[in-house]
Amino acid sequence: MAAKVAVLDYGSGNVHSAVKALEAAGAEVELTGDRRAALEADGLLVPGVGAFPAVMDALNAARGGSIVESRLAGGRPVLGICVGMQVFFERGIERGVEAEGLGEWPGTVSVLPSPILPHMGWNTVDAAEGSVLFDGLHDERFYFVHSYAAQEWTLDVIPPFPQPHVTWAEHGGRFIAAVENGPLSATQFHPEKSGEAGIRLLRNWIDSL
Amino acid sequence: MSVAVRVIPCLDVAAGRVVKGVNFLNLEDQGDPVELAARYFEQGADEITFLDVTATVDDRSTTYDVVRATAEQVFIPLTVGGGVRSDEDVARLLAHGADKVGVNSAAIARPALLGEIADRFGAQVLVLSLDVKRSERTASGFVVTTHGGRRETELDALDWAREAIERGAGELLVNSIDADGTKRGFDIELIGLMRELSSVPVIASGGAGAVEHFPPAIAAGADAVLAASVFHRSELTVGQVKEALAASGALVR
Repeated sequence: MAAKVAVLDYGSGNVHSAVKALEAAGAEVELTGDRRAALEADGLLVPGVGAFPAVMDALNAARGGSIVESRLAGGRPVLGICVGMQVFFERGIERGVEAEGLGEWPGTVSVLPSPILPHMGWNTVDAAEGSVLFDGLHDERFYFVHSYAAQEWTLDVIPPFPQPHVTWAEHGGRFIAAVENGPLSATQFHPEKSGEAGIRLLRNWIDSL
Repeated sequence: MSVAVRVIPCLDVAAGRVVKGVNFLNLEDQGDPVELAARYFEQGADEITFLDVTATVDDRSTTYDVVRATAEQVFIPLTVGGGVRSDEDVARLLAHGADKVGVNSAAIARPALLGEIADRFGAQVLVLSLDVKRSERTASGFVVTTHGGRRETELDALDWAREAIERGAGELLVNSIDADGTKRGFDIELIGLMRELSSVPVIASGGAGAVEHFPPAIAAGADAVLAASVFHRSELTVGQVKEALAASGALVR
């Protein structure tokens, strides 16, 4: 039976593509803002397009943080995409406006040190060893479009909890392209816009649910 | 590790069909936009751009349907331009599956529109589209035009690009009206000038006719190259353009 994935609908940009890409990757998908549906699905995808503070406002208004926390407390998988990844860090600073994130991971999302922004286009990643998301995806490029990113990983995980897999990319400097930390995974790039490689990555996540 | 240069097929869409004319005149039918977009996706296109060249409200809603149908089967970024006059138009296009929106004459008429869109959706969705012509009337020698190049504005193209970036444009689509449709190559000087001033990605457009036209545009500083009829008429494939770019030392996907 196909895994059920809920795409969290909280008024964030283009979620249509995420729904279709998850379907293409083999999931049964529901776009929903309903707490119960979001909690019951096998996987929850948190999209995010726009400025960090605006995305946090919309997420808070939809009580998205509480949904995510409830899922994670039960070890239920969540996948964040783009700003939907950034919000899992402690805070974001965008155009001088600082906003509090969901704080699942330590660190700040800040502007990339590059003369040309946004970082827009297809870039390579340095995939973490043992990564589930990047299984079978070597030397592939993924589609990024962002000016801000988490550029440090300082989470200290103590055994018996497994070490997170952190995948890096570079634009002006190194930044975090993906994290797999227990039930919580996230990508800074857009797998739903990354052609066949992106569909494969989504399928890897769906297969792990 | 570095970001790859992008090859972007552009489809001018009118009443649900792809059309193309030299210098925007004498439009001719070139096929179904959803089918063509899917073909380019398979050829390795890095993005698809739709330019809505229709005038009526009915045709515009047809374009929304085209955007939606394309976004359902083509998993690469989709930019839609043409007739975007308000942030509500942007909201509607994003809701139909567009990832980026091109704004042209409406921003010339009311530059504040750029800030309104960037504030609401982020700079990364906002592509400033410029139709540029050589002219002795401006300091840089390049003037911004409207109506497909038929009307010259008072705006120096370089000043307008700078202002648009300041107001929130996240990318420049620089189309040379002089080169458009000639198939004699991109306006390399224009691309170089735009690269010098721009802190956002630059897409070179207008004049592509052969594979050897693409590497000089990248060498001049373009982050992406856009072409239309050479792809629609199958004179070139996206793959051939990428091979030529890779042979010139550019990074491609």
